[in-house]
Amino acid sequence: MALERSDVEKIAHLARLGLAEVEIPRTTETLNNILGLIDQMQAVDTDGIEPLAHPLEATQRLRADVVTETNRRDAYQAIAPAVENGLYLVPKVIE
Amino acid sequence: MHQLTLAQIARGLAAKDFSAVELSAALLARIQQLDPQLNSFITVTADQALAQAAAADARRAAGENGALLGAPIAHKDLFCTQGVLTTCASKILHNFKAPYDATVVDKLAAAGAVSLGKLNMDEFAMGSSNESSHYGAVKNPWNLERVPGGSSGGSAAAVAARLIPAATGTDTGGSIRQPAALTNLTGLKPTYGRVSRWGMIAYASSLDQGGPIARTAEDCALLLTGMAGFDAKDSTCVDVPVDDYLAALNQPLAGLRIGLPKEYFGAGLDGRIADAVLAVVEELKKLGATVKEISLPNMQQAIPAYYVIAPAEASSNLSRFDGVRFGYRCENPQNLEDLYKRSRGEGFGAEVQRRIMVGTYALSAGYYDAYYLKAQKVRRLIKNDFVAAFDEVDLIVGPTTPNPAWKLGEKSSDPVSAYLEDIYTITANLAGIPGLSMPAGFVDGLPVGVQLLAPYFHEARLLNVAHQYQQVTDWHTRTPSGF
Repeated sequence: MALERSDVEKIAHLARLGLAEVEIPRTTETLNNILGLIDQMQAVDTDGIEPLAHPLEATQRLRADVVTETNRRDAYQAIAPAVENGLYLVPKVIE
Repeated sequence: MHQLTLAQIARGLAAKDFSAVELSAALLARIQQLDPQLNSFITVTADQALAQAAAADARRAAGENGALLGAPIAHKDLFCTQGVLTTCASKILHNFKAPYDATVVDKLAAAGAVSLGKLNMDEFAMGSSNESSHYGAVKNPWNLERVPGGSSGGSAAAVAARLIPAATGTDTGGSIRQPAALTNLTGLKPTYGRVSRWGMIAYASSLDQGGPIARTAEDCALLLTGMAGFDAKDSTCVDVPVDDYLAALNQPLAGLRIGLPKEYFGAGLDGRIADAVLAVVEELKKLGATVKEISLPNMQQAIPAYYVIAPAEASSNLSRFDGVRFGYRCENPQNLEDLYKRSRGEGFGAEVQRRIMVGTYALSAGYYDAYYLKAQKVRRLIKNDFVAAFDEVDLIVGPTTPNPAWKLGEKSSDPVSAYLEDIYTITANLAGIPGLSMPAGFVDGLPVGVQLLAPYFHEARLLNVAHQYQQVTDWHTRTPSGF
């Protein structure tokens, strides 16, 4: 199934990527080429095969429920584009 | 001094032939003189390097004598370095100074290694030519019109040009081994979980692994010793003891069982590279190894599976770059959605955007089973192939790449043609096994790499075999002219 322009616009929206109008035809063509490559995998018989997420099949470790991190708010806010009173600033969300 | 390997540097520093400050100063001057041709560094940290070198000299004067004490290296620019730019070669992180050090950076600094700076790479490690960097392409020291490989292209070019003896890299689908092959170096991707990923900016978390790039297997052993080990801060790091890589180097190869996968020698492989693989096998036979043909029947499916799993994980990992907490923010956002979309649209390059979109599509409602789940099942088939092969043999030998370094720009208009070049390297990432590329000859004046693959946690075996090969051959000593 080939992607159409409207599919690419929808995917870009889901990914919150602002695509320039002029790029959309070329992006659509390239994505279709990549999906064509990926679709070769559909021919493989995987009946009864369990999906593999971690090569060593490791499960998540648990740690003791104690505070180990220190508060580094100032260090993290120092590299932000816009902050005020310890908060991150973004354009107004609620009118 | 720039021709010295890490092992020779360790001996020279111990013998007081030169100081760490003298060595770092000489290499910093060389970087300033020669790197404009190559573009291998994004950031050079001269002052910090000289301070680290002076501290190393002081530690040595106080009686310490570690193998990496005073050794100059540099880090791929996706290892976070506190107070020093970490760009991931992306506009979206052009101003990012990490508030902490990656575990690998920390461990090497604690061992006394001196970091001369941060190395160029494909943007977010997505690429195999180093052409997707926001900071411009890196040139191959063997031929300045050709790519050095990627994504650790800056690491490879800087080491090949003798600007530094060794560097860190990361490998998600071949990003250590492929550039090592294209620049006549030795590069090792360890077992998934062997080296901490903490502070290594994530591309595809179930595949990413850090490792060394150097001129010799011995130097890779030295650097890996400083990088490897359990780290509670990386939830996928494995708590398995680290082998003594240096002690393993000198073991004899008598009785080593080598497998040659018949699928490796199909169409697409340059016949001269196939000959180089067979020549390596002949040398290893002289050293006592035996050889048999094996099969990895699902190898061809690795590329489609990889190009689902890696972009899917990337689309999730890269959602954190939103223009709010760090990095690039667009001018005058009209509203929050505009802020996200324009910061990301302007901040990410074309290849990164493509992979985010492929991954977003593969994970979107209605497509998850057909893409991500299917790819994970194929991934198990690929792992099963290796598990079966390693029942019969100790080591798999083959090409690292189907072709030598291509010309800058040659594959940039057709991403799929570049993806196909990854065929020999990505299976190790999908299965999680360790792999090493080592120099094995030249084709038209361009380096050829041969890849060795071993079972889980057998990095010592890879280094041992490569070291023994390098005792009886001299490909790895060849230096690009002009450097």
